Amino acid sequence: MARKPPEPMQDVKQRRDAALRALVGGVPYIQFLGISFDRRGNELTALLPFDQKLIGNPFLPAIHGGVTAAFLEVSAIIELSWSLLWEDIESGAISLENLQAGTLPRLPKTIDFTVDYMRSGLPRDAYARARVTRSGRRYASVQVEAWQDNHDRPFAHGAAHFLMPRRESR
Amino acid sequence: MSERKAQIAKQFIQAIPHAAALRMELTQIGDGKAEICMPYDPQLVGDPKTGVIHGGAVSALMDTCCGAAVMSHPESPAATATIDLRIDYMRPATPNQSIRAQAECHHITRSVAFVRAVALDDDSDNPVAMATGTFTVEGR
Repeated sequence: MARKPPEPMQDVKQRRDAALRALVGGVPYIQFLGISFDRRGNELTALLPFDQKLIGNPFLPAIHGGVTAAFLEVSAIIELSWSLLWEDIESGAISLENLQAGTLPRLPKTIDFTVDYMRSGLPRDAYARARVTRSGRRYASVQVEAWQDNHDRPFAHGAAHFLMPRRESR
Repeated sequence: MSERKAQIAKQFIQAIPHAAALRMELTQIGDGKAEICMPYDPQLVGDPKTGVIHGGAVSALMDTCCGAAVMSHPESPAATATIDLRIDYMRPATPNQSIRAQAECHHITRSVAFVRAVALDDDSDNPVAMATGTFTVEGR
């Protein structure tokens, strides 16, 4: 049986990047904080470039704890949504046209979020990576970690539970 | 809490660049309790389909309000930092309504302050979110 030739790399990349843009670009609050995502294959790293308006303690100075929490939460929810979309992006079930028109499935909803502050956020760029530890039909658990200069010295850690969007019955 | 300390707390909140960016306003402070209001802003929306404010913005409001409550406690020497904060999101905040956080520092030791907080919109019988946190007590 003849195997289907692999899709051209640029087509796959175009669809993956369009999906990520649709997911991130459509959320005003992500733009407000200036968060972007770096993608390597299916792996995402969130970037929070430093900005004066993110400061919480002007005397240290340090990044606002609320900004840190928001950054972790954004990273967690995008990672979870991305992992839910991934299969459909790869199979082409979600078309490029649909993605560009911005028609995305509903996003998961946060049930609870816990943040541990390990050290103060310095006035410089921050990065975060999230990991979906459980992805069920109704609930999901996500862990997320943020660091600045040194990945081995994270400044905050988060754990979240999400309510999954209802899938259309098939 | 003394009038002077309340004034310091109010100025401190106003001097926080991120609190200013979210247009937070301290409406009440004293004796380990604080209330901060955050007006609705389309820039803070998390779900463009519904216009609901992002949970992250609610977290920022809760964190600020909890910190203010700790600072206003009579046994607190003013400076504090968050150790941990847990937020339960009970329902989405209604679009176009401001969100009001009320925090209370219900216990304080030499080194740790324990805080609980609630976030409300116009329907104040049904909280939007609740938070529990621990904060450091600095320099004693």
